[in-house]
Order: sequence, then C-alpha cells, then structure tokens
Amino acid sequence: MGNIKKLLSGNEAIALGAYHSGIAVATAYPGTPSTEILENLSQFKDIYAEWSTNEKVAMEVGLGASYAGVRTLVSMKHVGLNVASDPFLAAATTGIHGGLVVVSADDPGIHSSQGEQDNRYYAKLARVPIVEPADSQEAYEFIGIAFTLSEQYDTPVLFRVTTRVAHSKSVVELDDALIRPHHKKSFYHNVEKYVMLPTHARNRVPHMHRRMAELIEYAETTPLNQIIDGRSKLGVISSGVSYQYAREVFPEAHFLKLGMDYPLPPKMLHSFAARVDKVFIVEELDPFLEEAIKELGIQVEGKKFISRVGELNKTIVRHAAEKAGLITVPNQPSDIGAIHNLPGRPPLLCPGCPHSGAFFVLSTMGQRAKILDASGKSQGESKLIITGDIGCYTLATYPPLRAMDTTACMGASIGQAIGLEKAGVSSKVVAVIGDSTFMHSGITGVIDAIYNAAKIAIVILDNGTTAMTGHQDHPGSGISAQGVVTKAVDIEQLVRGAGVNDVKVVNAFDIKSIRAALKSALDSEEVSIVIVRGKCAVRNKARQNSRRVDIQKCNDCEVCLRIGCPAIYKEEGKIIINALTCMGDQCGICEQLCPKQAIGIFRDSK
Amino acid sequence: MVEKQDILLVGVGGQGIILASDILGEVALQMGLDVKKTDTLGMAQRGGSVTSHLRIGEKVWAPLISLAEADIIIAFEKLEAARWAHFIKPEGMVIINDLAIPPLSISLGTHQYPGDEEILNVYKQRTDRIHLIPGSRHADSIGDIRTLNIFMLGLLSAALPFRIDNQLWEKSIAAFIPKKIADLNMRAFNAGREVAESVNI
Ligand SMILES: Cc1ncc(C[n+]2csc(CCOP(=O)(O)OP(=O)(O)O)c2C)c(N)n1
Repeated sequence: MGNIKKLLSGNEAIALGAYHSGIAVATAYPGTPSTEILENLSQFKDIYAEWSTNEKVAMEVGLGASYAGVRTLVSMKHVGLNVASDPFLAAATTGIHGGLVVVSADDPGIHSSQGEQDNRYYAKLARVPIVEPADSQEAYEFIGIAFTLSEQYDTPVLFRVTTRVAHSKSVVELDDALIRPHHKKSFYHNVEKYVMLPTHARNRVPHMHRRMAELIEYAETTPLNQIIDGRSKLGVISSGVSYQYAREVFPEAHFLKLGMDYPLPPKMLHSFAARVDKVFIVEELDPFLEEAIKELGIQVEGKKFISRVGELNKTIVRHAAEKAGLITVPNQPSDIGAIHNLPGRPPLLCPGCPHSGAFFVLSTMGQRAKILDASGKSQGESKLIITGDIGCYTLATYPPLRAMDTTACMGASIGQAIGLEKAGVSSKVVAVIGDSTFMHSGITGVIDAIYNAAKIAIVILDNGTTAMTGHQDHPGSGISAQGVVTKAVDIEQLVRGAGVNDVKVVNAFDIKSIRAALKSALDSEEVSIVIVRGKCAVRNKARQNSRRVDIQKCNDCEVCLRIGCPAIYKEEGKIIINALTCMGDQCGICEQLCPKQAIGIFRDSK
Repeated sequence: MVEKQDILLVGVGGQGIILASDILGEVALQMGLDVKKTDTLGMAQRGGSVTSHLRIGEKVWAPLISLAEADIIIAFEKLEAARWAHFIKPEGMVIINDLAIPPLSISLGTHQYPGDEEILNVYKQRTDRIHLIPGSRHADSIGDIRTLNIFMLGLLSAALPFRIDNQLWEKSIAAFIPKKIADLNMRAFNAGREVAESVNI
C-alpha cells in the first residue's frame, strides 16, 4: 500500500523533513510564523534542539554545528534574519561542512510582526541559493533537497517560506525512502576556510562567485523548478504560495513553477518564454523574480498590475490578471453591504495579565491621561516618555492604557530611551521591556546606559516566558527547548553585574509597590531598574475567588475599566466582572484600585 | 467525484473552532480528498476573532477561501458571522450560533452590537439558506458548554452535500478529543446532527 498521508502545516512538514534528512542540530529564536519548526523538532530526543538567546546566536550555534560536519537547521522569522545577518553572511563566505539550511519565515501582510520585508534579497546579498516551497508536501521534500544542495555547493541555503505556507495545513505523503541517518561528526582544521582574516576572505569571494555560476547550472536541471504545460498561449512564472493562487486564476496557462528563486535558470526561462505569446509573473511583495528575469532580456509583466504591498490572494491576482487583459472575470456577486462601524475585537492583555498593573500605573504618571487625547496623539509634551518594546505588552499602546510611545524592533526600548535622554528632552524617560526580549537584546542597552551614564529608568516585565509567540522558555526560565532543567539566568544579578546599583523587584499584582518603585526609579539620577515579576496568566492554572462588584457601593467612576481587563465590562450601565475569566486571587488589581471598595469576593452577597 | 467545498468557520478565541476544523480536515483526508486548511488567530492571546478556512475537494490549490466563494459559513458567534458575511457565495449555506460575545468597545460605549435582523439581512442579499440556532444552549444542556464546537460540527456534517460515514466521524473525533470526554462529545455531535435534521439543514 501507499505511504502514510498526514495533514501537516508547512512548519510541521519542515520539521519532519529536516528530521528525515538526518539533521543532528536545530536552533531558533521564536517568532511568528516560524516558531512551530523548532517546537516540533524539540520533540525528537535523538537530535539536539535549542531555543537560542536570539537569532544571531542561533545562526552562530548552527554554523558551529555545521563546521562539525552535521546537518543543521536554523529557523527564524523574517526580521530575525536582520539580527542574524552578520553570521549569515559570514556563513556564506566560509561555506559549510555539514549541510546548513536557514529557514526564513516572511510575513507578507504583517499578520504578527513589526514590519514587512522580502528576505529573498538577503540571498542575493549573501550570494546563496533560495529554496521556496508552495505547500506542506513541498516543504517536506524540498528540505532534503536543500541539504544536499548545501553540501554539494559548500553553501548555506536560504529556505524561504511565508505565513500562508508556514501556517496552512495541507496533505503530506510521507516517504520512508527520504529518511537518512545522521552524519558522523568531524571538524577539520582549515584556517583558509574557517578563519576569515582578510587574506583568507579575499580568496573566498571569487569562490563564492564560482559557486554562483555552478548554481545557475544546477538551477537549469533541478527538480525544484518545473514546467507545467497548459493549453493557452499565456505563460505564468510563479513560486511559493503565489503559485497556488495563480493556478486557480489561470487554469489554461503554461506554468514555470520555481522552487528555487535564486539563482534563476536562464536557459529554462528563455525557452519557456519562447513557447508562449506572453509571460506574466505572479509574486508576492517585491519584484524579485521580475527584476532578475528582465535582466535576462526576457519581456515580462507582473508588478505593473500586482501590488508590492501585503499578501496576495486569489481575488487580488484575478483583478490584476483582468487589468492586464489576460482574462475576463465573469460577473461577480454584488457587494454585500456590510454593517457599518462593526465593532472589532482588538487583541487585549488577558484577565490577570502581570503586565496590566505596571502599565496602569505608568498610564497615570506624568499627566499622560490629561495630555494624550483619545487618538493617542499628544496635546503637549507629556512629562513621562515611555519607550516600548516587542511582546504581549506592546498591546498597552491601545486605549484605555495608552502607555507606550515607541516600538521599533526587539531590544530597542533601552537604546531609544538613552537617545531621548541624551538629546535633552525635559521629560522623564522610561524603557519598558519583556524578559525574553531583555535576554534577546536588552542587556546590551543596559550596558550602554551604565557606560554612558544615562539617566533613565528601565522596567523589565518578567512573566517567566516568551508569551507573545506561544510561551517558549528562554534563558531566564532555565528550562531548555527539549525540557531539560538547566540554569536560569538571574536578571537581577545580571544587571547588578553590569553596574546597575538601583534595582528593585516588585510583585506584578501589588499596585502600591509598583507605584512606589516606579516613582523612586523616575526620581533617580542614575540608571534604575524595576523588575515587575508575576506569572503569565495563560500559564497560571490556579484560579479562585473571582471578584464581584457590589452594585450598592459602586459609584460608576469607571477606574476599573481603565485597567483594560477584558473580564471587566459594562452592561446596561452596570459594571460586571466575568466570573469565568477573572483570575481572582491570582490578580486582584481591580480590587486594589476601586476607590469605593466595591470590588471583592463577596461570597454571600447576591 | 466529490464537489469542492469551501467551508469557513468563524468565531471567538476559546470556542474550539480550530479543533472543529481539524476534525473535519481529518475526516476529509481519510476520505482520500485533498485538503487545505488555514487558521487565523491574529495577534490575540484570548478572545480575539478567529477564522478557519477549510477547503476540500479532489484537488485544492489556494490555502484561502476567496471572497464570495464560501459554500458554507459556520459562525460560532453572531458578531463574527456579521464580520465575514462577504465570504458567502450566492445561495451558500449559513449556520449561526445564537450567541453574542460583546467586545470591550461595547462596554466602553464606543460601538453597538448589531441586531439579529441587521446581521441576517446582510446574508439575505446573497442567500436564503440561513439558520440561527441556539447552539450554546444545546451544548449547555448536553452537560458542558465546551462541547459547542462538536455540536456545531454535527450541524455542519448535515450541511455537507455528501454523506460521511458516522464511524469516520467517530474515529476522527476520538483522534482529537481526550478519551474521558469522548462520549460526551459524541452526544454533542449527534445532537447537532438531530437539530440539523429538524430544521432541514
Ligand atoms: C527579531 C525578532 N525576533 C522575534 C520576534 C518575535 N517576537 C515578538 S515579541 C517576542 C518576545 C516576547 O517575549 P517577552 O519580551 O518576554 O514578552 P511577553 O510576550 O512574554 O510579554 C518575540 C520572540 C520579533 N518580533 N523580532
């Protein structure tokens, strides 16, 4: 009988494909939409899998493992490759020993990221090949091909996926024939290859160009690139998930489906173009393929009709094809006349979130409530500037808290705070950063603040986990990706070691202590750090004594609504606390804040 | 040959929508069909808007359902039903759980929750096959509100244009649900099936 078929997400398929390809080491830092790759790989106990401190470290650990001769998978989200770009380009220069495949999960449409970028350009910059699957079956099979390619051409391979390939599930037929054992480990002393002194590096560069010429030959014959014959005189070139939309829009066309986006196969492209009257390119984000194909002197169209912005779908591709005169769209159903001003469901901090208390306190300081209008724009200079970072806590930007003024990239809050202070703003400046983000790239900012005597406050929100991406462990939690108890890096000792004298640790659910600690930190003339510690509500199973409102005592001041707790709402003029979602004794913030003592357990009241 | 079905499941985080679509995906896979399934959860931790695009047929290309092409929309919550109405195809089937989960903006008084009439009228522009069913009440009376997703799956099973063997449902549900509560959930599934038949879904 045939092989087993499973419904797998692209990420699950990548993990399984990599495991079947005989990898021995996998490294990653969490980031949507790439996180599940390492989560799946960490289940296999006969390989080594780690959450690295950040993507740069993940890449370096991966490179070391590759030098040892074993197959290695490094995975990250698109912006992770910005962080890892230095070792990534270094790996491209030295080349590899054991196959090294680097998964970059791009996020067109910014479903869960701080920006949109087309990471295919990194491969061009680094002069390495790109392999890109279009569904889970290809993700599973192409990973194995990418490892062979890596070893055959002494190069890291950029394995590019996008959100829709990484997160969509499709049918994968597993193939036992693809399973191969681990490599033997061996490191060979070879300084010309591994020590990039200028004299050595200079010799590697021509090697990289020779490698690229050979890769172009490979691209002509690889099974990654396929021609699918059609019936019309139109030729469509596409890759990744865009190909799936294009197949539905152009059922009659000839297709050149690229599984290798870089370098491209010139002969194949010329002969494909010669077979059709017109060539149309369907690709998401930037005209990466289009630029390269035009450079070969082939006449094509694509981005003239398809936006560079955001994610594609069939409707967008169909409209583009219509505008380009390639198809006529049959009568579409008329607009359905959606309901005006439908309330959204913006993401919120959870009931009992340990970040809520600190942000509530911050939102009441420096006259922020007075100075910020409802749109979040300031009506004057606030007396407190809050530089923010990336994590669940970025949600504190939204009303009612509105307690964040900046968010750029991971770890930036501290450097930005130093910059604001050094630029001479008259307001106090506080940086707010989560524990995982602090480990990722916050500590270097603290060192900078100490070294350069910045007068800033830093709040570290320590919930013991990387909550935003689905609760991965990190150096501060002391549990490895494979569940091994290692050693927790102690944030307090770490910052004291860096020279911070003023460090306070407060309970995330004790509003009075938080307020006192923040006040003293903001008044301080040196770098001062407040660690706000409390367990992430999603991971906190203990829940008892959900709070209630005593209607008799409640004077409708709505202070409790200003916490932004989703368990507290108002119905028919009355404040109600949802007994199912309230974290009760684990939190108690609303009870501490109620000026009328109208919130409590009130066991016997109706 | 099985007719292609584009099924859009929508609701609020925590209602078990993705599990329901996982089970249906597994059923389709076991039938030897091609399946593509895309869940979107947004950035929300809990309580956000959730959609699951499930496409099944002999061969499926795109992982997403296109506008005005969903054969079936099954909404676990009314506001979410309203939000995704533009996906229904003309004469498509719409099943809505009669439940309102008002978002925070309603408490803060900046928005209003749409009325039932208003929501149904949007759909009526494209189809008459609309069913508003008190699924949460049924799930509650079965013994656990958390069986809502499997109850809805029971409704959905009756809405499909092809019959799927009950044993296959049972097997697939068992594959995703802890043993302890498998019986309870099968009851919910069958209850959904019966309700569907009683209203001619
Ligand atoms: C360079 C980079 N890598 C990864 C991510 C994905 N990401 C967003 S926030 C975050 C960490 C959140 O953890 P933490 O700082 O502890 O805050 P929490 O969500 O727990 O509140 C990660 C990994 C990113 N945005 N940028």
